[in-house]
Amino acid sequence: MIKTDILIIGAGPTGLFAVFEAGLLKLKCHLIDALPQPGGQCSEIYPKKPIYDIPGFPEVLAGDLVKNLMEQIKPFQPGFTLGERAETIEKLDDGSFVVTTNKGTRHQAPIVAIAGGLGSFEPRKPLIPNIQQFEDKGVEYIIRNPEIYRNKRVVLAGGGDSALDWSVFLTNIASEVTLIHRRNEFRGALDSVEKVQELKKLGKINLITPAEVIGLRGVDHLDGVLIQHGETQTEEIIEADHFIPLFGLSPKLGPIADWGLEIEKNAIKVDNALDYQTNIPGIYAIGDVNTYPGKLKLILCGFHEATLMCQSAYQRIFPNKRYVMKYTTVGGIDGFDGSRKEAPKSVIKSID
Amino acid sequence: MQDVTITVMDREGVSHELLAPTDMNMNLMEVMKSYEIAPEGTIGICGGMAMCASCQCYIESDHKLAKKSDEEEAMLAEAFFVKENSRLGCQIHIDPNLNGLKVTLAPAEE
Repeated sequence: MIKTDILIIGAGPTGLFAVFEAGLLKLKCHLIDALPQPGGQCSEIYPKKPIYDIPGFPEVLAGDLVKNLMEQIKPFQPGFTLGERAETIEKLDDGSFVVTTNKGTRHQAPIVAIAGGLGSFEPRKPLIPNIQQFEDKGVEYIIRNPEIYRNKRVVLAGGGDSALDWSVFLTNIASEVTLIHRRNEFRGALDSVEKVQELKKLGKINLITPAEVIGLRGVDHLDGVLIQHGETQTEEIIEADHFIPLFGLSPKLGPIADWGLEIEKNAIKVDNALDYQTNIPGIYAIGDVNTYPGKLKLILCGFHEATLMCQSAYQRIFPNKRYVMKYTTVGGIDGFDGSRKEAPKSVIKSID
Repeated sequence: MQDVTITVMDREGVSHELLAPTDMNMNLMEVMKSYEIAPEGTIGICGGMAMCASCQCYIESDHKLAKKSDEEEAMLAEAFFVKENSRLGCQIHIDPNLNGLKVTLAPAEE
């Protein structure tokens, strides 16, 4: 069991900044995120795109903002459970919460702060009528263990980086690799596109474009995919043991929707007059995942919400302790790692 | 600045006449959001970066629209329910030429 003071669900910019504000109050944080890296949408969707409305940054790339936040919170040694989705929550007799992920990792904290953005990122599933029947029986939306494709015939579909990169990777493992895309053009890093081009020439990747997978064949397990060629509209069966559609990820609120929280407009209702607490005391929602009158889904608003949430969390954890907010310029920063940052003292000296 | 009128058929098949300002640097996705044509979280999910297709529309009138960018083309190539007249609402900039535009919002992806 992982124990912490504030358990943050979602490691996007809002969740990361909450670690800093909590750290100033000497509260420890642990973050859970379904993605394998911190940063949320900033890292997953638009790391190379600029943001212009972070106060004090005339322009900052989303990826750099995440990098800076990670640097800023480093002294407060946050824990991370990455690549796992928060699944269930239960309240213990002492008032603390236990959150368990889809992989069974358990986390306990007196405070839970949901900073889940638009939800956890789930693979987009193509609209093929019988696709569900073959899930885990030859159809995988995410490649978890490439070894299962050893000496198998694999068909991939998609036109982005992951479709390109996995096609290249699997040529060394699978007996046959076919890549199908609806267009002739791919959207990916230049060297990924070139590598696929090269492997196609060598006959190691069977590239079929423009075409689309429209059906799946098999009895207990997939044994073929039905494709339709874009130009001729003709159909063809390709023998295959595995079909891997890689159409990117889309966010889903997911299991959090069933935690008994008040939901409105696909977001969690919070008390914005006070502290961004939900209808369940001890559970807060901050950033894009929450809603209240006048809500704006902006990173800068998430930072503010995280700050107020931490003050309220502190009072919940220590109801009898007196505390007032202290400016970092005055108090400096004492990291849990023993590091200290402080403003240099001014020199008081008489001039002769 | 003048406003333009745009007719949008929502996902339930209900038609709406929307008055859209031409001086606020808005796009069609944002106009639809401002009128709450579809529930929050089911339209404009990526915020207008042509990185999801939650604002996909079918253009039903013969207005001449600006050409698709490479990014829009690429996204539509991976989107579902795509037709010949599909466009991403977020890539359609509201300008005076769009007066009378008619679109149908494509179904939401599951």
